[in-house]
Amino acid sequence: MSARRGKTKRAGRRDAGLSAIVQSSEALASVFAALGDPTRLKLVAVLCAGGAFSIAQLTANTEISRQGVTKHLQVLADAGMVRDVKRGRERLWQLEPGQIEEAKRTLEVIGKEWEVALGKLKAFAEL
Amino acid sequence: MSTAPTTVSDTDRIERSIVIKAPRERVWRALSNAEEFGTWFGANLKSQTFAPGQRVRGPITIPGYEHIFFDVVIERIEPQSLLSYRWHPHAVDPAVDYTKEQPTLVTFTLKDAPGKGTLLTVVESGFDNVPPHRRLQAFRMNSHGWEAQMDNIARHVGT
Repeated sequence: MSARRGKTKRAGRRDAGLSAIVQSSEALASVFAALGDPTRLKLVAVLCAGGAFSIAQLTANTEISRQGVTKHLQVLADAGMVRDVKRGRERLWQLEPGQIEEAKRTLEVIGKEWEVALGKLKAFAEL
Repeated sequence: MSTAPTTVSDTDRIERSIVIKAPRERVWRALSNAEEFGTWFGANLKSQTFAPGQRVRGPITIPGYEHIFFDVVIERIEPQSLLSYRWHPHAVDPAVDYTKEQPTLVTFTLKDAPGKGTLLTVVESGFDNVPPHRRLQAFRMNSHGWEAQMDNIARHVGT
């Protein structure tokens, strides 16, 4: 497991129950904030293909400047979603899947609530 | 690398299914009759009607959540097979105007299941358009509403 960067907090993440949720809230907030921008969402979608990409590759066929992309990548890096790797003199960017997995998990929680609602509907309709 | 613009991200949608041991018309009534919907969902929707384009609003009846309103705009109704509506997930703060935000779309579909049962599927999509701070709030609301399931949630969140 690679080191997390920036504001990501890991303390208490293994605690059971509410404290774990509270502890992870800050990290999740930065993930959602990072995803809440169309350019960054697009970058994540591209990086999801897997592997490491150069800035030149990431800006190919887009209107975004190298500078703009670098800024967006930095926001994603601060949220712990991407990281840079050095290959020779080149700086490449790749996905850090851990935080995205966590964002998915929040949807699982909402999904759980739907399971409860469907369970109630089932009990109601089978009466 | 930018060849799949229509791909829906994994963080955008939720899908859940359940098999109900009741005929399709019974399940359809529980879904499409507003009052019956309110009975199992936990909202007071008495004397309201689900119709395309119709806004349906009523207070949640689940203890502790009575200050929250079930508030949806019905999108499509295809008898015995599909019901969909848009809503703002966990729009719980009276001071906030949620109408400026993109709603999520909830779609229920019915299919026949073996043994005279009904397969009910719900899809909620559009989470990628929910503002970041609201996604987190939705997450918190869900976890607080789920104290009995806290261990499950902890397993999801805390590993």
